[in-house]
Amino acid sequence: MRYLPLTDADRKAMLAAIGVPSIDALFKDVPKAARIKGLLDLPRLQGELEVERALGAMAARNVAVGSVPSFLGAGVYRHHVPAAVDHLIQRGEFLTSYTPYQPEVSQGTLQTLFEFQTQVALITGMEVANASLYDGATACAEAVMMANRVTHRRKAILSGSLHPHYRDTAATYGRFVGFDTVLAEPDPAGKESLANGIDGETSCVVVQNPGFFGELRDHTALGEACHNAGALLIVIVTEPVSLGAVKPPGAMGADIVAGEGQALGMGLVFGGPHLGLLATRDRFVRQVPGRLCGETVDVDGRRGYVLTLSAREQHIRREKATSNICTNSNLCALAFSIHLALLGEAGFTRLAAINHGKAVQLAERLANVPGVAIVNDSFFNEFTLRLPKPAAPVVDALAKRRILGGVPVSRLHPDRAELASLLLVAASETNTEADMSAFASALAEVLR
Amino acid sequence: MSDWSKAVSGFKSEGKEDPTMSGSRGLQEEEPLLFEQDAPGRTGVDLPEPPAVKSRLGGLARQGAIGLPGLSEPQVVRHYMRVSQKNYAIDTGIYPLGSCTMKHNPRLNEKVARLPGLADIHPLQPVSTVQGALELMDEIAHWIKTLTGMPAVALSPGAGAHGELCGMMCIWAALDHRGEHRKRVLVPESAHGTNPATAAACGYAVDPIKADAAGRVDLADLKAKLGPDVAAFMLTNPSTCGLFERDVREIADMVHAAGAYFYCDGANFNAIVGRVNCAELGIDVMHLNLHKTFSTPHGGGGPGSGPVVLAASLAPYAPLPWVVHEADGFRLVEHKDGEARTALGRIKGNHGQMGMFVRALAYMMSHGADGLRQVAEDAVLNANYLLASLKDELTPAFPGTCMHEVLFDDRFLEGTGVATLDFAKAMTDEGYHPMTMYFPLIVHGALLMEPTETESKDSLDRFIAVVRGLARRAKAGETDFFHAAPRLTPRRRLDETLAARKPVLRWRPKAGERQAAE
Amino acid sequence: MTVKYTKDHEWVRVEGGTATVGITDYAQGQLGDVVYVEVPEVGRKLEQGKEAAVVESVKAASEVYAPISGEVTAANGDLAGEPARVNNDAMGQGWFFKMTVANPKELDRLMDEAQYKAYVEGLG
Repeated sequence: MRYLPLTDADRKAMLAAIGVPSIDALFKDVPKAARIKGLLDLPRLQGELEVERALGAMAARNVAVGSVPSFLGAGVYRHHVPAAVDHLIQRGEFLTSYTPYQPEVSQGTLQTLFEFQTQVALITGMEVANASLYDGATACAEAVMMANRVTHRRKAILSGSLHPHYRDTAATYGRFVGFDTVLAEPDPAGKESLANGIDGETSCVVVQNPGFFGELRDHTALGEACHNAGALLIVIVTEPVSLGAVKPPGAMGADIVAGEGQALGMGLVFGGPHLGLLATRDRFVRQVPGRLCGETVDVDGRRGYVLTLSAREQHIRREKATSNICTNSNLCALAFSIHLALLGEAGFTRLAAINHGKAVQLAERLANVPGVAIVNDSFFNEFTLRLPKPAAPVVDALAKRRILGGVPVSRLHPDRAELASLLLVAASETNTEADMSAFASALAEVLR
Repeated sequence: MSDWSKAVSGFKSEGKEDPTMSGSRGLQEEEPLLFEQDAPGRTGVDLPEPPAVKSRLGGLARQGAIGLPGLSEPQVVRHYMRVSQKNYAIDTGIYPLGSCTMKHNPRLNEKVARLPGLADIHPLQPVSTVQGALELMDEIAHWIKTLTGMPAVALSPGAGAHGELCGMMCIWAALDHRGEHRKRVLVPESAHGTNPATAAACGYAVDPIKADAAGRVDLADLKAKLGPDVAAFMLTNPSTCGLFERDVREIADMVHAAGAYFYCDGANFNAIVGRVNCAELGIDVMHLNLHKTFSTPHGGGGPGSGPVVLAASLAPYAPLPWVVHEADGFRLVEHKDGEARTALGRIKGNHGQMGMFVRALAYMMSHGADGLRQVAEDAVLNANYLLASLKDELTPAFPGTCMHEVLFDDRFLEGTGVATLDFAKAMTDEGYHPMTMYFPLIVHGALLMEPTETESKDSLDRFIAVVRGLARRAKAGETDFFHAAPRLTPRRRLDETLAARKPVLRWRPKAGERQAAE
Repeated sequence: MTVKYTKDHEWVRVEGGTATVGITDYAQGQLGDVVYVEVPEVGRKLEQGKEAAVVESVKAASEVYAPISGEVTAANGDLAGEPARVNNDAMGQGWFFKMTVANPKELDRLMDEAQYKAYVEGLG
């Protein structure tokens, strides 16, 4: 087998060196009833050609987003990833390296993490960021738990602008870890007022900007209301490209920013692996979950990097850890970081401007389709349409016409009849004039 | 055996001999931070002019600079190339890290993961347009269930520790459904830190169970601590001492008799894949690490994937979403109603680590039932070969043979003045990532080695020679040599105390330079 | 003035009605370089043997248990900026917090200097 270097001669020599007659002797502690005799009922060994063919067949049964006009968002965004990113993350030193617990042989990973942490702090307008978490939804749950630790309270208010996956994940964690989540009504109009609900038991208020329905809001006043009550403001960002054009959470008084970095560097990948982001203020740093990379010097006085503040983590605190997290989404963080390194200030802000421009153009086009209205006053690159009929069957009809025309809100808010006619539409620099024309015509046709 | 004196004599003092002007040394390039190479306006991506539109940002346009550095593509490529050179990797050499299963990452897996039909698909596009993706998830679920003998699997957890959390949540939910609110979880002292951290995260009090003299679970201690207040016993099998818990079925019976659940940490599944039916061990729930047994790349610390196999008693509580295979295709159950009303709910966004499913399935299909069984056998063989070849120089922690990893303690270093840590640093000079040290906690100065099946005998023989050589040097009293190690790595003995006392967690511009708006 | 010691390597020095608490020199040696100390808030009520503070080194984090019961009257604010005090002067400047003595009899259950010394030697 191509991945197994031992030859039969090797095995024989090694068994002799060990002093056992056969490999079975080394499995003697396995209870007889649990021993698998012979081979399991699964296919046998296959070469690369056969495996490629089988997986290629599965791939062929999917409609790749880039192959048709596509306007999908809802927390996962399609952007063009420069060719260099994928080449660099496939360097064996990055792809196949272990967690940097031995800093002397991991300065590659550690330096890139230090750069990543800096980039995330800069774009969110915060002071410090961690080395990433699994994804945006778990980062949101971790942010709430962090707020609970900081405030010694356990009631989180979750905005109606929050992505339902994030809301549900936080609620699941709340149920099992032991904190309360107060769920505000879904807020397509972007008009909710949460300040009145904050009391002396509130640990945090969690809002999303741009909101799930696309709306942009200034949460500075809400942040003040939180602070007056001793609570924290958590702002969620699911589309990091928005930070190239929109006032960042750090400038709105956010205490913790959590979000999703998928949009930069890694493509859609059917929802995973993605990249959880977490950023905060210096004074909360000891309550941050997950890994942190810090600068230091070595014995020769040269600058270097190490994982630090590890005493918070599971492998040391065990049952008293800030979180049970053991992994970060390291390679995804690297992809994000390389993409942002290539963009730089000028590229990132221009990319954001293009995205907003495309979305504005698309919104104008779609608003002209009879029966269609745009719900949002403001938006970045994603907005909500109100259709004259339920959106889910419309999306299916569009799919039959080879158009991926957005995500029906009912897919994520299934139990809300009043939201059934809402459609989330996203645009990016990858959408052409022709794409937008095709979408508008097809939508008009389907709605006739 | 190499000539030790030659290796040492050329090196004069602490890295300051033979300095270069650039700071680089031969092919070992020094590379500053991105932020130290900024030129305003420069970029590595060419983008067109944005469309001229009336802003719909609602007055919330960003003010002021962000502070991101501008570099061209050649500079970015060179930056990451140079920085990557400072990393050890499995592509470079062996990682004898216990319970990490650092095996070769096949490149076929990377190729198929990048097929547009698998990589360029959105989790929320209509289910009719991603039937191939759901089929793939169903297929890997089938492989996982067959390999473990268990009837159900939750695919969504994002990593091993996340899978542990998922498993404990399922247990909590099942007990809650029965109207029981048990408060304690039992965990062996030798367990990985995530086990007690996970149990505590779910609100359980954690009681440690002692290991016996042979490094296995002390049955008497377990029996004494089991009671109607215990929700679960978490066991790693094979254990973190590299030993198969031969009393596992008795343990399962004891745990079940107390009305508790038997959680198995599947981090060491590499030792038993294709050889052991986990359902027959009596387990109720077990997480697997696709980035361990199933070769998905570690990527410097992640991403991983931690699917959780479940007994029939726990299957109804699996987190969303569920992939359901109907006669006419695949469905995705995303909400807690109807058939899924007992489901945990979500523990993560979207559907699970699809990119890792593709890679792991390619790995499973490449090996097949026969190849996977051979994986476990070669993994166990390689570890025992290390044990047999080192046991006269190092001190095995426990007598007898081991499974896929071998545990030594630091008795062989007694009186030498050389600590396990120093020994490990000396290994890096020899071009090796050190073995796992100081874990498990139940053994003093532990050295835990897991070679995996993808190391050739040749590779093992060279590794053994170096370890034996270093052990002899330590016993010969060469303490200075060990305390000066490492001498040859890009950085040496980094000051972790300073990093923790005065944390500097990001780059900041010097006063007077361009400031980012905050 | 009496100084007493616990099996968990805390010391308590009672002067008048106030007790000062810290960790022993042996304990700081075991921990390694202390990087952070989490001290209890003034006013907190402590119970003998229950967790009172946390001391972190690079590789370990340890609970510090209240050697006696009482109420916290002061916490050592200097430790935030200079955790190394715990290493350099564990018995003096490295003190963690001060507290009232709710029940003087609790001190009788603790070891005196000679007993603690013997105890540490026995640990090997």
